Amino acid sequence: MNDLLHLLQSPWPWWVGGPLIGLTVPLLLWLGNKSFGISSNLRHGCAILLPEQAKPSFFRYDWRKEKWNLMFAAGLVLGGLLAGGVFANPEPSALSEGGLRAVQSLGVELRPGLVPAELQDLSRPGVWLILALSGLLVGFGTRYGGGCTSGHAITGLSTLQKPSLIATAAFFAGGILSANLLLPLLMRFV
Amino acid sequence: MTAAASSRPAQASAARQATGLLTYLLVGLYFGTVLVKSEAASWYRIQEMFRFQDIHMFGLIGSAVLTGLVTTTLLRRFGRTRDGEAVHVTDKEPGWKRYVLGGGTFGVGWGLAGVCPGPVFALLGSGVWGMLVVLAFALLGTYLYGVLRDKLPH
Repeated sequence: MNDLLHLLQSPWPWWVGGPLIGLTVPLLLWLGNKSFGISSNLRHGCAILLPEQAKPSFFRYDWRKEKWNLMFAAGLVLGGLLAGGVFANPEPSALSEGGLRAVQSLGVELRPGLVPAELQDLSRPGVWLILALSGLLVGFGTRYGGGCTSGHAITGLSTLQKPSLIATAAFFAGGILSANLLLPLLMRFV
Repeated sequence: MTAAASSRPAQASAARQATGLLTYLLVGLYFGTVLVKSEAASWYRIQEMFRFQDIHMFGLIGSAVLTGLVTTTLLRRFGRTRDGEAVHVTDKEPGWKRYVLGGGTFGVGWGLAGVCPGPVFALLGSGVWGMLVVLAFALLGTYLYGVLRDKLPH
């Protein structure tokens, strides 16, 4: 019994998780010709929330046809509850030595969980700054670029689309820049 | 034709639609579980990746793309959807400006809070309430794109 619980709580190696992520692309195509891409839900969210008179034309479409994707996003929340709540890993992530040094240099302690406690403390204005700026750039950038990691890096590369290769290279260029230069700067305010 | 007979296909399609939506909820649950258990939703792993300190995330993304490429190619060549339709993949718009500028902007946001859109939802489910702040501002960012779209190079 304890062995089973331990198994359910344990994280998976990349060579188990990666193929399971990749299989989502043909699975959604087989189920109903659905193109795997999560950030489109942000557009649907705007289309639902904005009052009709104040809607830019970009949000005037029938979002009800995209209900399947909103259900998918709701499923993500349930998956997070199951894997990160009920069967949460009681151990911290097994980072490499270099990875551990990197997060410590940001003033963060490695503890169990997926997001450090320092970045979950909403009584610190610096945390709001990082979360808000990150969200703003993710929302703006994914729609401008026409997709996120799922739509471009996974779906687009799996179907050999050149625009997705450009987008994925840009994702990494931006991420390397912000994680190494911008985040260390902003962490001083946390 | 009687009223009962004509309403039967409508009922069947309504039932199919409801079970269809439930199916996508389950696929989402599957994907959310994988994101958490593979630690793609871990802030620590994302920071480790962007500093090139471990193979974990690169192996994860690389094996995901390789698996997706092989299985999707096989499905497109030899398979059909469960309803017997031809498999159809929408092509991304050609060009490069929007992918460089928009993709780069998203990347900067990804590196900051260490989350892309999928993990935002999965982390909310595991009780990381700060993700509500990320989600609210991501909706605002999406709205701003909708407002500025015509003025941006694509």
